[in-house]
Amino acid sequence: MSEPPPPTIEGVPVLDADDIRRALTRIAHEIVEKNHGAQNLVLVGVLTRGAPLAERLSRLLFQIESQPVPVGKLDIGLYRDDYGTAQNLPVALAPSDIPVDITGKTIILVDEVLFTGRTVRAALSALLDVGRPASIQLAVLLDRGHRELPIRPDYIGKNLPTSRQEYVQVLLKEIDGEDRVLIYKNKGEAR
Amino acid sequence: MKHLLTLRETSKTDIDYLLDTAGTLREILERPVKKVPTLRGRAMITLFYENSTRTRTSFEMAAKIMSAEAINIAVSQSSVSKGESLKDSLLTLQALKADCIVMRHSSSGTPEFAAQILKHTSIINAGDGRHEHPTQGLLDMLTIRQTKGQLEDLEVAIVGDIAHSRVARSNIWGLTKMGAKVRLVGPRTLLPPDADRLPVQVYDNLAQGLDGVDVVNVLRLQTERMEKGLLPSLREYSRLFGISQQSLKLAQPDVMVLHPGPMNRGVEISADVADGKFGIHSAIEEQVTNGIAVRMAVLYALMGVSSDTEA
Amino acid sequence: MKTLLFGGRIVDPSQHIDRDADLLIEDGKISAILEPGTAIADAEQIDVTGKVVVPGLIDIHVHLREPGFEYKEDIESGTRAAAAGGFTRVCCMPNTNPAIDTAATVRFILERTEQVGVAHVHPIGAATRAMQGDQLTEMAELKSAGAIAISDDAFPLQSAETTRRAMEYCAMLNLPLLTHNEDKALTQKGAMNEGYTATLLGIPGMPRVAEDIAVARNIMLAKLTGCHLHLLHISTAGTVELLRRAKAEGIKVTGEACQHHWALTDEACMKFQTDAKMNPPLRTQEDCEAIKQGLQDGTIDCIVTDHAPHAEYEKEVEFDAAPFGILGLETSFPITYTTLVKTGVLTLSEAIAKMTSEPAKILSLPEGAGTLCPGAIADVAVLDLDTIWTIDRNTVQSKSKNTPFHGTEVQGRAVFTVVAGRVIRL
Repeated sequence: MSEPPPPTIEGVPVLDADDIRRALTRIAHEIVEKNHGAQNLVLVGVLTRGAPLAERLSRLLFQIESQPVPVGKLDIGLYRDDYGTAQNLPVALAPSDIPVDITGKTIILVDEVLFTGRTVRAALSALLDVGRPASIQLAVLLDRGHRELPIRPDYIGKNLPTSRQEYVQVLLKEIDGEDRVLIYKNKGEAR
Repeated sequence: MKHLLTLRETSKTDIDYLLDTAGTLREILERPVKKVPTLRGRAMITLFYENSTRTRTSFEMAAKIMSAEAINIAVSQSSVSKGESLKDSLLTLQALKADCIVMRHSSSGTPEFAAQILKHTSIINAGDGRHEHPTQGLLDMLTIRQTKGQLEDLEVAIVGDIAHSRVARSNIWGLTKMGAKVRLVGPRTLLPPDADRLPVQVYDNLAQGLDGVDVVNVLRLQTERMEKGLLPSLREYSRLFGISQQSLKLAQPDVMVLHPGPMNRGVEISADVADGKFGIHSAIEEQVTNGIAVRMAVLYALMGVSSDTEA
Repeated sequence: MKTLLFGGRIVDPSQHIDRDADLLIEDGKISAILEPGTAIADAEQIDVTGKVVVPGLIDIHVHLREPGFEYKEDIESGTRAAAAGGFTRVCCMPNTNPAIDTAATVRFILERTEQVGVAHVHPIGAATRAMQGDQLTEMAELKSAGAIAISDDAFPLQSAETTRRAMEYCAMLNLPLLTHNEDKALTQKGAMNEGYTATLLGIPGMPRVAEDIAVARNIMLAKLTGCHLHLLHISTAGTVELLRRAKAEGIKVTGEACQHHWALTDEACMKFQTDAKMNPPLRTQEDCEAIKQGLQDGTIDCIVTDHAPHAEYEKEVEFDAAPFGILGLETSFPITYTTLVKTGVLTLSEAIAKMTSEPAKILSLPEGAGTLCPGAIADVAVLDLDTIWTIDRNTVQSKSKNTPFHGTEVQGRAVFTVVAGRVIRL
């Protein structure tokens, strides 16, 4: 099903569209199982690619439980801990949009790749500035290891052992026009 | 972006970035806890050689919301001539490891001068002489864009003492870069030399200047202008160039009115207009709030994270 | 003691000479202009092949800063800067501290020049005491001590009455009055030319009309009093036209222009460059063209520098706070040659005349100044017209560095000078 990558790109396909669909379906079932249904849940996707994944999970949860689960998106630009130089403009900020009061809710935080854990750390800080949820669970499409912080996902689409130098690229239909995951020897090779 | 000195020399791309970022950051001001950790450990020093509670407080708020340290230094104008040179003061602040200096000075060009001297510290111009006041220009644009949805093709009249106004200059460059059409309206004694070479239309008649405009930006009239013989009287100025319900009738029905403050009610702007009576859209308070968002955006652009490490 | 400059081309407008010739100097005087290759066995031989030999350049408008401001410049460094620029004779303005308003200060400057100078110096006396614009100086004493002229430079006389009285006294004593032409009511706190650039920068402007009005007034007073009026540093098209008309009317008036007023416009002030801040300010292209036209048609008699050194720390300040003035001595000939001679505005001979014989005539400098006539004092400049080089503020002889021409590529420069027979190489 998955096409071979264009010759100029060294990326090795890891997941194709069906793999992604199956992984998300499984995660949806695990969420329902762990939370005894879909009551009181709010899905929050980390911008950029966590947001469409959260939307997809919401649709899957509705198929399973006939229960609409609200979806928010979260920009973590203001909560990063990596200081750069001021020579270039910092990353553009996207507006966060969390449509419901998260206080007392169970939040499923959704991101595409879990690596050092720093993005999730930033996302937790950002969420806690918006409200006081009852609990926060973490769902990721890929876990590639190399954690620098004590962060553990609750739901994993696929464990993907990598070296630190390697770069994992997740392509999603909503943003990139196709569903696919590629792995590169180093970041410079990614498209 | 290393410094923010002028809007004349800021690209449209960067202005877009700053306005978009400010638009995003504005949401934080509506939160119960107005604080994000973004600029933790960064130090902003405000160095004001002119009094200004308003602008300085706005920068201080912006820095504190972004978790930067805000240190204020007020220098009385008189110490300039007898005390330490500006160059030495700036080098001292740099050696104190300020990440960014927010500077206001009565002499045009001092932020440019500071930027030429300092290699490690960012400079934000908070108003220099008659030259520029870029964050005011940005907050005016943000305020207009929030109401009108865009800046392109809007007719904006800047009314009053153009010659001595840094607000006017920053507005002219910012607005025209974003595609708005700018008119300057004021008595000939308060229009700058060769104003017609600026990318604007110049009017010395208020009725013509306001005809069909979408936005009126009213400048503060310094009463000392009258003492220096540039105006016969405030009374006559108010009659010829004051913005009132009456004079706004020629503008678009949904015209919005801006004023950088502080206002001289009854001189350049009538109390009714300032207070938004008769359905007039006075955006003066929105401007103040947007001022914080714009300054947060500028601090973020100058001191924020620019590397993109991975998840 | 004989010196022979051989192999060069002699350009001496005072004698209408422009040909290959050798110059013989004997006992501090010009001895003869000789056919190329004439053997003078007992002379020191200096090879100037490929160079141009001209009368030592004369600058009647410099600020040597001594006494009082020796941290900016002094007579030693100032005359070294002059020599580096090909000048052998300069006239220094009276805005020192104390001002050149007494015979004692005139004598002090002449004595210092004797001790440390490498060019002749003629002091210019102040028109009013301490240059305050009120009480006239003792001009007769100033003259007898050695003052060559009277001027209000840097502190332009605002009162028409005082100006008139100064002119009457100058006329009586046969001294020219050199005026800085500025109506201060119109310039006020201005720091650059009033116009588009000033509007962009938000810098208070000095309108051109402020100069024109003062020039018109001073010309009328010169007509009334019969005083020889010399207009300092002409910067506007209006002044050029007023001078042209006054000369046509037969009024005793002359005028000078500085290199920067035809070679630069107020756009040099962009980025708040304080090294482009001077008074009168840099104007517009239209004014530059009018000044070049005035130089070409003879309306403007001579070229000067208004050499005005300021310490680096004085210029490294807010634009408003920076003092007016720029260096000139070391850039004058290269800029003149590059922007006037190379472009065909003036011939080399005309340009040299405006830097030698013409200024000598205006201030009635001592016999022999500005000429290579046999018997004249041996003041000579040797010029290289071919070298293309870049002006560098860090390699000047002056104590100060304030030149807006830093980084400008020019053609031509002075190689060495001879002052009263003594060869000055720096």
